[in-house]
Amino acid sequence: MKTLEELAQIRERMKNKVALREGTGEIRVVVGMATCGIAAGARPVLNAFVEQVAEQNLGDRVTVTQTGCIGMCRFEPIVEVFEGDKERVTYVKVKPEMVPEIIKEHLIGGKPVTKYTIGAVEA
Amino acid sequence: MIRTHVLICGGTGCTSSGSVKIAEALEEQIALNGLADEIKVVRTGCFGLCALGPVMIVYPEGTFYSRVKLEDVPEIVSEHLLKGRVVDRLVYRETEGLQETGFYKTQMRVALRNCGVINPEQIDEYIAMDGYSALGKVLTEMTPEEVIQVMKDSGLRGRGGAGFPTGMKWDFAARNKVPQKYVVCNADEGDPGAFMDRSVLEGDPHAVLEAMAIAGYAIGANKGFIYVRAEYPIAVKRLEIAIGQAREYNLLGKDIFGTGFDFDIEVRLGAGAFVCGEETALLTSIEGNRGEPRNKPPFPANKGLFGQPTIINNVETLANIPQIILKGADWFASMGTERSKGTKVFALGGKIVNTGLVEIPMGTTLREIIYDIGGGIPNGKKFKAVQTGGPSGGCIPAQYLDLPIDYDNLIKIGAMMGSGGMIVMDETTCMVDVARFFLDFTVDESCGKCTPCRIGTRRLLEMLDKITAGNGTLEDLDKMEELCNYIKANAMCALGQTAPNPVLSTLKYFRDEYEAHVVEKRCPAGVCKNLMHYEIQPDKCRGCTLCARKCPAGAITGKVKEPHVIDQSKCIKCGACMEGCKFSAIIKK
Repeated sequence: MKTLEELAQIRERMKNKVALREGTGEIRVVVGMATCGIAAGARPVLNAFVEQVAEQNLGDRVTVTQTGCIGMCRFEPIVEVFEGDKERVTYVKVKPEMVPEIIKEHLIGGKPVTKYTIGAVEA
Repeated sequence: MIRTHVLICGGTGCTSSGSVKIAEALEEQIALNGLADEIKVVRTGCFGLCALGPVMIVYPEGTFYSRVKLEDVPEIVSEHLLKGRVVDRLVYRETEGLQETGFYKTQMRVALRNCGVINPEQIDEYIAMDGYSALGKVLTEMTPEEVIQVMKDSGLRGRGGAGFPTGMKWDFAARNKVPQKYVVCNADEGDPGAFMDRSVLEGDPHAVLEAMAIAGYAIGANKGFIYVRAEYPIAVKRLEIAIGQAREYNLLGKDIFGTGFDFDIEVRLGAGAFVCGEETALLTSIEGNRGEPRNKPPFPANKGLFGQPTIINNVETLANIPQIILKGADWFASMGTERSKGTKVFALGGKIVNTGLVEIPMGTTLREIIYDIGGGIPNGKKFKAVQTGGPSGGCIPAQYLDLPIDYDNLIKIGAMMGSGGMIVMDETTCMVDVARFFLDFTVDESCGKCTPCRIGTRRLLEMLDKITAGNGTLEDLDKMEELCNYIKANAMCALGQTAPNPVLSTLKYFRDEYEAHVVEKRCPAGVCKNLMHYEIQPDKCRGCTLCARKCPAGAITGKVKEPHVIDQSKCIKCGACMEGCKFSAIIKK
């Protein structure tokens, strides 16, 4: 290494990788990963969130984590988004293809994608 | 893509409780479950809660598991890592996050900031935490004079014990205009019960290397030595890995950051002599000679290693420096008390619930450290004293529990900061025995070069032995005090000058205990074997014969269902009978 720029490059490249350990960001995306969730295909969904959040450098604000069974197994894979005092948003029957839209509209844009939420599907 | 990091402590404490095998088992189970691409196991340095080891944290949730056993690994992987169900029974006090626990809440981590957070064997992780940016800043934006000024303004004082202002030390060395100077890191941590330097070296070795390079730039030195004791194998290994990686990135070596500044570091192993923590003895040892101190002045800043100007800084001192450069002197000086700035790491040990390492702002009271952070005294026992500063320090009684801890306050009450060891004692500790223990240590470790230390400490120990054996007189107490003051005034180095502190401070605050030993021939805490005996209370003894069977010396006799008796001439005072008795019929007198 010869320059400060190179040091900065390593820092930027690595920051994403250790950001996980800084604790929880302001937005928490929680994927149901119990047996029911996994059977319904939650793992590719979880991985899609993890990858795309990192690719779009949202790691500072968004924490992707997992949880156990929420109790509505028929709706799995379930993804819930928690943000500060706002009411939590529950997405149901999530597929990896839906992830880019949720990230763009909701996590970045601040508007929940209502067509995928439990309210829309239930009704 | 990695979604979860499992941080497992690879410090000495958790390594000895099995963390290496647990980390291997974790990786194996993770691979078995097909999670190898999603979950990474990171071996870090010390988290500080050594009493609860092996400890691990799962991020991003921040779940803190303690006392993890090898058998728990499959459950953690299949439940938590795969299904997201936290294994509640292993969670430390069912707290949601680590920062909310009493142990971490009031801590302020500067020197320990990366310990338990990064993988110390990966330079990239250190760089991600702004590592080596301070060195970059110093080399490209600051003059050596400016660096020294920042150190002076920060108010940082040496964390090895004496508390000399770091900026002044650097200034003295910088003023010597000679071509060859040295930066030495004192990692010869020897106080019984202190292990903060080891934890920094194991958990964040690059911080020490970076700080040494900064020091080299400030004083005009291009060579550094780290003197570390050979009894710290994990620390030595990680230092060597770190030095290798820093050289690979040219953060050590020639023309660092293209600025023309050269700096390189070598590791020197100490053979475990306590006196080599004294700076002049340490230098003598690096030079290849027997580790003995020499007179000061000349101070090392003028004439040190190989006769050249040398600065010697302790590990913890150095670990603060990159942060001070990056965040500024004002930030550092905003923490602590008027004359002791920043934070200090303490190693909590002895009769305390949370044995481990804590870092708190200077000026925190002993009460906060022992009760709020340390969790208090176990088994409902009463606090008696805390010993700070190891064999050089003193015992602080309960009346000073609310004293803000800093360098000057501790000196005022006859103790000292030392390296930051804190040994907590409860009512079952005999203060005369404690003084005897530390004296025994210094007698062993005295290098023998000067008479006051070599002979004086030996005579002092003999007097203490006499008192604990029940043969002391009141006159001995006065003689001891006189001898203590003589040794303090005449010993050549800090080892001898501070060796009498444990005796003087216990004489000052616990004279009644000494007098009980001498006058009443009684040890109030029931520790000194010659001054106590066990008795069976006939009215409580049911004659169950358990004590007679437990006694290793065959000192207890009696018929079944009749009260038993202890033959005092045979009794070795091991206490096995008392521990075994189901009717509390045996008492210690």
